[in-house]
Amino acid sequence: VPRRERIVPPAGSSPRAELAVLGLLAAATICAAGFVTVYAVDRIPRQTQFLGLSLGLAFLFLAAACIVAANRLVVTEELEEDYPLPAHPEQVEALDRLVAESGDRITRKRLLKLGVAGAGAAVGAALLAPAASLGPFLDTAPFYETPWRRGRRLVDETGRPFLADRIAEATFYTAYPEGASREEVGSPLIVIRLDPSLLRLPHGRNGWAPHGILAYSKICTHAGCAINLYRSPLFPEAEPKPALVCPCHYSTFNPADGGSVIFGPAGRRLPQLPLETDGSGYLRAAGTFSGPVGPSWWGVRLHGARGPSA
Amino acid sequence: VIEGVVRFVDERTGAAPFLRKALRYVFPDHWSFLLGEVALYAFIVLVGTGIYLALFFDPNTASTVYHGSYAPLRGHEMSHAYRSAIDLSFEVKSGLLLRQTHHWAADVFVAAIVLHMLRIFFTGAFRKPRDLTYFIGLTMLATALLEGYLGYSLVDDLLSGMGLAIGYSVLMSVPFVGANLASLAWDGPFPGSPAFESRMYILHVFLLPILIATLLTVHLVLVAARHHTQFLGPRKTERKVVGIPTFPGQTPRSLGLLFAVAAVLFLLGGLVQINPIWLWGPYHVGDATNGAQPDWYLGWLIGALRLVPSFDMTIGGYTLVPNPFWGGALFPLVVFGLLFLYPWVERRLTGDHAFHNLLDRPRDAPRRTAFGAAFFTWVFVVFLAGASDRVFIFLGISYEAQIWVYRVAVWLLPVIVYVVAYRACLELQGLELVRRRRREAEAR
Repeated sequence: VPRRERIVPPAGSSPRAELAVLGLLAAATICAAGFVTVYAVDRIPRQTQFLGLSLGLAFLFLAAACIVAANRLVVTEELEEDYPLPAHPEQVEALDRLVAESGDRITRKRLLKLGVAGAGAAVGAALLAPAASLGPFLDTAPFYETPWRRGRRLVDETGRPFLADRIAEATFYTAYPEGASREEVGSPLIVIRLDPSLLRLPHGRNGWAPHGILAYSKICTHAGCAINLYRSPLFPEAEPKPALVCPCHYSTFNPADGGSVIFGPAGRRLPQLPLETDGSGYLRAAGTFSGPVGPSWWGVRLHGARGPSA
Repeated sequence: VIEGVVRFVDERTGAAPFLRKALRYVFPDHWSFLLGEVALYAFIVLVGTGIYLALFFDPNTASTVYHGSYAPLRGHEMSHAYRSAIDLSFEVKSGLLLRQTHHWAADVFVAAIVLHMLRIFFTGAFRKPRDLTYFIGLTMLATALLEGYLGYSLVDDLLSGMGLAIGYSVLMSVPFVGANLASLAWDGPFPGSPAFESRMYILHVFLLPILIATLLTVHLVLVAARHHTQFLGPRKTERKVVGIPTFPGQTPRSLGLLFAVAAVLFLLGGLVQINPIWLWGPYHVGDATNGAQPDWYLGWLIGALRLVPSFDMTIGGYTLVPNPFWGGALFPLVVFGLLFLYPWVERRLTGDHAFHNLLDRPRDAPRRTAFGAAFFTWVFVVFLAGASDRVFIFLGISYEAQIWVYRVAVWLLPVIVYVVAYRACLELQGLELVRRRRREAEAR
């Protein structure tokens, strides 16, 4: 029998490397068994850590075994191979002819192409049409609506109404509309109190801030995050003015002048809600917001904010 | 036994010649070629851990009250989605390990893709005939970013909600149709209807993973069809590829890397806390937290959103371009657009339409290297700007001052980097020329 030519070149044995691989495989086995043990034991402190450690080490030993095998046990060969042909010009040409010749019987090619394109587009559009059920595509009225209308009381997150007398300076409160959803962009307010002599509200907002109490939409006009930072100077002579700041991109609004943007990316004033106090001293909305609430879109300046729809 | 199995397969599929070729496929050896493989293995870990998580997670935004073992949240109103993610972390044995490993794997997956892309870019591996492979890779990167974003948005914790509010605002800011698209996607104004959670879920656990897996397969098939690239070396030419065969040489190496990636990810998942969702609390529209950061791979977008100065572009009462569009939509579109166009641009500018199997060293293509260095500096400066609030908290450097520095640096630094990188390439080339001449002279 003639000896067949080897495919993989011969190489000497390496008992030490075999021993090392065996050892590493044994270590991986022990770690994997450790993982199962840790998993099976109830009420073990730091179970997650031990689980991760044992499974991670099991994989690490497997990796080490593979790498030792790759470097010391497996025959190292360096093969040469031709790169595939960059292109097959004859085949390309034949394909081109195949398509051209197969249409030989057709005389009104352009008309037929038009027909195929028209039918394809129509069927495609028909298949896409149900996607319009995903949401109200054309109706943008809800973007202008908020739950706030004249007379609605301001309540805190537990539902208790706010007494105007209890609103202190140098802090802020989060208020929601009484008896309405809180999970709407138009619901949450940020309420603060400033010295009335500091207020420079725009024209037409007389009486919007009884006793210097101001309410703004809590939702930033830039990217819709809740404004939860209030910069209140401890030493007003030297420190920057009071400001409402959004923690996402640090849009900074001036509460004293009707919510203008002092810094950061927001492109619109913060919408202000006019306030009044009722006979019992509770804070109520005196109307609706000075403008639509939340991030800008193409129609945000076309209409004002609206109260809740019936 | 092996012969029996192979004969069985061959007689039924005729695959023996193909298998023989596949096992002797040649892998050129260079450490930087491993980056793409790391991404592949991280994806495998993602799929495995993700399937496990999906067996417990409840994609339902209906309200419930928490009564589980984590005391600080007891009695709090939250969605079923958030509660099931908390329960997965505290009540399901090994649930936290797999959740954290999944999160780490996502971060490593995107990091490996980005590093792999940088390698491809700076060595010119994207040139014909591999430009299609490169485009598919870029598409996978974009898909992976969306997939990761949806993953941490699903949990419905406070950070999820803040991230979704920003995503919603960016979609709203698209000129002419933004509000319509957002209304379609969220089924009404933010925070949308319960259907939105189901939509994110099916995208995250089915559609996008299937898309990534499909693109991955095509990517690998194309790599194999055109063969690996290689650096110039002894016997390595444009015609001949030199390297290690799949079997036996490459197999234990690749398996070793797979296990090493799995090891690192499980060690991270077990020992290094990531996204402790129970600390954030449930999301409500009126809640936010300071110093919030997304996963690293979205840092460039938060930076871009922060750097844009205050303006909405308006015509009369019509808002043409709301502010978040610039940083949140246009910036990533330009970045990906330039990456997609680059192979064509380079071909036009250099007139080089040839096939390339040999890689360039970065210094061999000074203009490409300089452009790439400048381009990625541009993106990286924006990325750094996204961390400016953390810098303020840790170092006390004024946030507003930092933003002004970044607004200048983002345009200035790339120019400087371009010039420096270009000069450095020419200097390195010159140095090599001098050395070669000296060696030739000494030999004579």
